[in-house]
Amino acid sequence: MWKRFRYQIAIFFAVLGPGLITANVDNDAGGIFTYSQAGAKWGYLPLWTLIPITLLLIVTQEMCSRMGAVTGKGLSDLIREEFGLRTTFLVMTALVLVNYGNIVSEFAGIASSLELFGISRYISVPVCAIAVWLLVVKGTYRSVEKIFLVSCSIYVTYIISGILVKPDWEQAVVYSVKPVLMLEPSYISMLVAMVGTSIAPWMQFYLQAAVVEKGITAKEYVQSRVEVIFGCILTDVVAFFIIVACAGAIWAHGPRDIKDAADAAVGLKPFGQYAFFLFSAGLFNASFFAACILPLSTVYTVCEGLGFESGVDKRFSEAPVFYWLYTFLIAVGAAVILIPGFDLVKMILLSQVINGVLLPFVLIFMILLINKKKLMHEWTNSRFYNFVAWTSVALMIGLTMALVALSIQDMMRA
Amino acid sequence: MPEQRAEQRLFFTELLGLKVFDLKGRTLGVVKDAAIVPLLDPVRVDRYLIGSGAAWLTVRHDQVRSISLDGIHLRDEILTPYHSDEYMLRVVRDLMDQQIIDAQGRKVVRVTDVTFEIHPEDGGEVLWVLDVDIGLRAIFRRLVQGVLPPRWIRRLQGGIPPHSIRWEFCNILEPDPQRRLRLNISNRLLEGMHPADLADIVEDLTPEHREAIFENIDSEVAAEALSEVDPNIQASILESLETGKAAEIVEEMAPDEAADVLAELEQETSDEILEEMEHEPKQEVRELLEFKEDSAGGMMNTEYVALPETATVEDAIQALKSNEELMETLNTLFLVDSSDHLTGAVPVARLFLHDGATPLRSLAVETLIDAPVTEQQDRITELFDKYNLLALPVVDEERKLAGVITADDIISVLREK
Repeated sequence: MWKRFRYQIAIFFAVLGPGLITANVDNDAGGIFTYSQAGAKWGYLPLWTLIPITLLLIVTQEMCSRMGAVTGKGLSDLIREEFGLRTTFLVMTALVLVNYGNIVSEFAGIASSLELFGISRYISVPVCAIAVWLLVVKGTYRSVEKIFLVSCSIYVTYIISGILVKPDWEQAVVYSVKPVLMLEPSYISMLVAMVGTSIAPWMQFYLQAAVVEKGITAKEYVQSRVEVIFGCILTDVVAFFIIVACAGAIWAHGPRDIKDAADAAVGLKPFGQYAFFLFSAGLFNASFFAACILPLSTVYTVCEGLGFESGVDKRFSEAPVFYWLYTFLIAVGAAVILIPGFDLVKMILLSQVINGVLLPFVLIFMILLINKKKLMHEWTNSRFYNFVAWTSVALMIGLTMALVALSIQDMMRA
Repeated sequence: MPEQRAEQRLFFTELLGLKVFDLKGRTLGVVKDAAIVPLLDPVRVDRYLIGSGAAWLTVRHDQVRSISLDGIHLRDEILTPYHSDEYMLRVVRDLMDQQIIDAQGRKVVRVTDVTFEIHPEDGGEVLWVLDVDIGLRAIFRRLVQGVLPPRWIRRLQGGIPPHSIRWEFCNILEPDPQRRLRLNISNRLLEGMHPADLADIVEDLTPEHREAIFENIDSEVAAEALSEVDPNIQASILESLETGKAAEIVEEMAPDEAADVLAELEQETSDEILEEMEHEPKQEVRELLEFKEDSAGGMMNTEYVALPETATVEDAIQALKSNEELMETLNTLFLVDSSDHLTGAVPVARLFLHDGATPLRSLAVETLIDAPVTEQQDRITELFDKYNLLALPVVDEERKLAGVITADDIISVLREK
């Protein structure tokens, strides 16, 4: 009995990684900004969205990890095999554009978080770009995964800074379960943004590839599912504390718009150096972490889908497309931040639009694929699960489309 | 001349959608797919599947008079409706966008296009499969296929370097054993590869394809390849195989490696496999399984040559002759007393410098380094580094020789860190 139990625990730790990492990268620079903004402007009101967001996240992430475990193939491989090269090519092109936008916003997060500590972006961004490049090219999958898992634990800084701010816990608890709907346009756009940042196309590709890379099989899938769900919940626990911190520190003293996540960190300053320090360190950690994962996940997905040689264990001459694209994404992603007067906001809005156009396709492909008996055997969705999945997807698509509309509106104005 | 050869080529992207004309030059339909029947001929396209309206028709290869970019002209109009045939390897369905193994380049690749050669046969023209195309040039063709006229595509693609694999080096992946037989897919190419390369390929495949390969290849090749595969994947492969086949493969492995693999499995599965094994290897593996994985006992193997203290060079050479299978890696002989206690180690190379009557005792290394079975892994690697060892004897509590750890075991340990 004990032996059996120990074996289960061992498997749990063996499958630990993919779900947790994906979920945490989700709270990247863009995510932290959205949550901070929500808390600073609306206080505790937006907290209720976190439970439905968690559920949506679990439904989509669970399907990806199940597909990875059962088929042993990445999502881009499956799209290529089942829907052909042209579809794959279009999806991959859009994915590169979206992810490029995200990479830029991660480097922006690195720049602004380190500027809070007085480090110029002309030093921090190039140094971090090189560090990201080296970490992945010179590291092995196992060592890199360990670093990432440590990075995941640094998210705890948000929980501590949330507590240090001494928010109104009673309100926080009440509004976590009490939905508040208002027909105020800026409130609705904030809700849409929260859902929109919580689920991105790259996550589906990354998670499935990581599950495959880790060698998780259908047999160990039960443990893997637990890990994925655990990761999703953790993501939103962190989001909860970010919102609460900003509500307690900024909203409580006068609701206002913040201009970026670093602005939120500054807002925490009256509550002591620690709260400020932890929030900024968390922002740096999150941005750097996502800046590591995004370019890598992008090139793996693209190379696998289009059939180019890929893998950090290959030499430059063996996998030229892989390395060139990887280097390009990092170098150009970082360089943009250093151009004086570059309109970053517009660029991020644009990437949000492409994101919204791509996401429905990816989600629909996922449901179509997971229902193929030929691929999934007895692991296809049940009828009830399909109902939940299609409903979630329809909801996601609706909200993302709303976000696209809002982003386009903002772009016109900007 | 090369120009003319290029004209005799036809890409599958060009064949797809090509018009098919009857004897009077009327259009019958367009090509929807092509099928090879490997049991009849491994390279010739046997049937063309023609779409006309809702139904598909089948054109046999010997009904074709000519094939070119302008269309397929038939010389016989008696076409049969298409019905699914288990013996057909259909290009669109079974080959395009799927993974295959490139046995020469030793990797898993994805098919983007297929190149045929137009070949005259019995007064008509047939297509022979020449290459499977991967890489940028084929991707370009696929993307613009049907958008630009084929001759333009041919001209435009000239600037992109080609990347193809000769058809004879392609190993198609098919998990269903019945279908493998019908499609005449052999593992000859895989069995000819270096086990370490085969292991790399296996790691890139999906679980069901791994299973299909190990289910079918020769047990000896399977054992060698399996030893090189990532431990995580090793376990899942063995679990997916039938117990009998798994036992056969484990038997062929070196006992220490077999023990390592079995230790990764669930107790039940590893007991079942052990049960199926033949007696002698089973005993050794069982004993090795008793040790902790990261102790000297868990690292050692039992494939060594030990001789009595009183033996001579001549005896040693005789012993080596009867253990030929160990010769590739063996570099040290061990000396034991009448009750199997370890008393010395002799580097094999020293045998060549002395005549047959020399007692081995006099050739033994001055300081004998050994380790107890319970010794920690870290300590063992330290010993190898400190004394520049190639092999380290391991002894049990009574100082009886239990096994030996070799430098390649140490390299694996260090690589895993």
